[in-house]
Amino acid sequence: MKLDTTGMESAAPVWGSHNELVDEFSAAPSFELPNTTDFDGFQKEAIQMVKPAKGTTTLAFIFKEGVMVAADSRASMGGYISSQSVKKIIEINPYMLGTMAGGAADCQFWHRNLGTKCRLHELANKRRISVTGASKLFANILYSYRGIGLSVGTMIAGWDETGPGLYYVDNEGGRLKGMRFSVGSGSPYAYGVLDNGYRYDMSVEEAAELARRAIYHATFRDGASGGVASVYYVGPNGWKKLSGDDVGELHYRYYPVMPSTVEQEMVEVTGA
Amino acid sequence: MARYDRAITVFSPDGHLFQVEYALEAVRKGNAAVGVRGTDIVVLGVEKKSAVKLQDSRSVRKIVSLDDHIALACAGLKADARVLINRARIECQSHRLTVEEPVTVEYITRYIAGLQQKYTQSGGVRPFGLSTLVVGFDPYTGVPSLYQTDPSGTFSAWKANATGRNSNSMREFLEKNYKETSGHETIKLAIRALLEVVESGGKNIEVATMTKEHGLRQLEESEIDAIVAEIEAEKAAAEAAKKALAAPKET
Repeated sequence: MKLDTTGMESAAPVWGSHNELVDEFSAAPSFELPNTTDFDGFQKEAIQMVKPAKGTTTLAFIFKEGVMVAADSRASMGGYISSQSVKKIIEINPYMLGTMAGGAADCQFWHRNLGTKCRLHELANKRRISVTGASKLFANILYSYRGIGLSVGTMIAGWDETGPGLYYVDNEGGRLKGMRFSVGSGSPYAYGVLDNGYRYDMSVEEAAELARRAIYHATFRDGASGGVASVYYVGPNGWKKLSGDDVGELHYRYYPVMPSTVEQEMVEVTGA
Repeated sequence: MARYDRAITVFSPDGHLFQVEYALEAVRKGNAAVGVRGTDIVVLGVEKKSAVKLQDSRSVRKIVSLDDHIALACAGLKADARVLINRARIECQSHRLTVEEPVTVEYITRYIAGLQQKYTQSGGVRPFGLSTLVVGFDPYTGVPSLYQTDPSGTFSAWKANATGRNSNSMREFLEKNYKETSGHETIKLAIRALLEVVESGGKNIEVATMTKEHGLRQLEESEIDAIVAEIEAEKAAAEAAKKALAAPKET
């Protein structure tokens, strides 16, 4: 991303050949106009095309011991469930996770790309990149592809020198820092459970159970979410997968079938 | 040999890049500059040309800040320095913008050196005619650093170094007298090195210190004069002590 340096230019050379070193000083700012018939509305069209997507439930929250990240594993194409076993929590590096919501290919590719950038930063600077820095790099990339039709609603969760970090980044280039986020079509349901049960001082087990229950309730009500509820924990030593439970089994764990009293019983009548 | 110093992109048969070496000559003609790293402070000192009467001396600051925690002094072509410093300042802010963190001293030194190297490998441009001394504190670990770059684009870290006019004598002095110091002692060491090659007095020296808490601070002429007086007094005392030791032998 090139900073606008028009305010800081030195006098441009009056004559002489243009080479890349000198042009940085003297080039006037300019940009190409997009090649479209509907100049005012083409961006809206692109967004509408991908609007129905993000059929998923992912959530993450910061608590005393670190960051808890959880997601479902269903992929749907309209009303067709294309997979029940999608990995929606992407491992960027041993201490940073990203969640997937929106276009699966977009999320997977760009998270992988972010992992590359983080590694290059580490090699160049001899220190790990912070969660702030990683999320900023990601947001800048997505901003530069704004309007093209990427669909990415992701949370970057990690542990760096300043402690636990959590950012929400989306395909419009928006970036938010926060303590609790949930993304996807099932997020309203997940927020209901998450916001109700959240406390800052929870133990790792309590936080994991809260995350698991929130995902379960979202999968219960939202048709586009389901499959397996995965829960990851990010602590000072990096991330660790805590559990991956099928939501069907979770249902019977939370709401076991109670034997009920029989009101009327059908009995076979003999003869007559 | 004359044919190999026109365009710098050409190596000479014995492996020299003459334009780069000529740039180093330009540095050797520039004013003396010294940098010393202490445990909690870094000091930069620069030779000031004798004050031209009508010139406003405050407009020729030779020690500049690149960011809150990084400062730079240089020897060589001052006009080239202005351009390089501007690019470095932009890069400091650009880094803050893209990763929301301040640069480390090593990063910005690497950037400046990279810039200097680029101009040794392009057509139609000449190298920057200056060597820089970059000082600062690492924003996370709080460790002070001193780096030097030169027109060829190499850089390295130093405990103490000098560049510009008579830099060899200053470096020899520093090699002989360097030890781990902090605070006031570090300032004295830097000024002592500079006094080896510069006329003494606050009028001819510009000194600035960088600490973690207070950032860059330019010393006032009066403060420099006071320290110079301190140094002269110590020198006189040492001389007197030496004479006292030598005296008994002369009988």
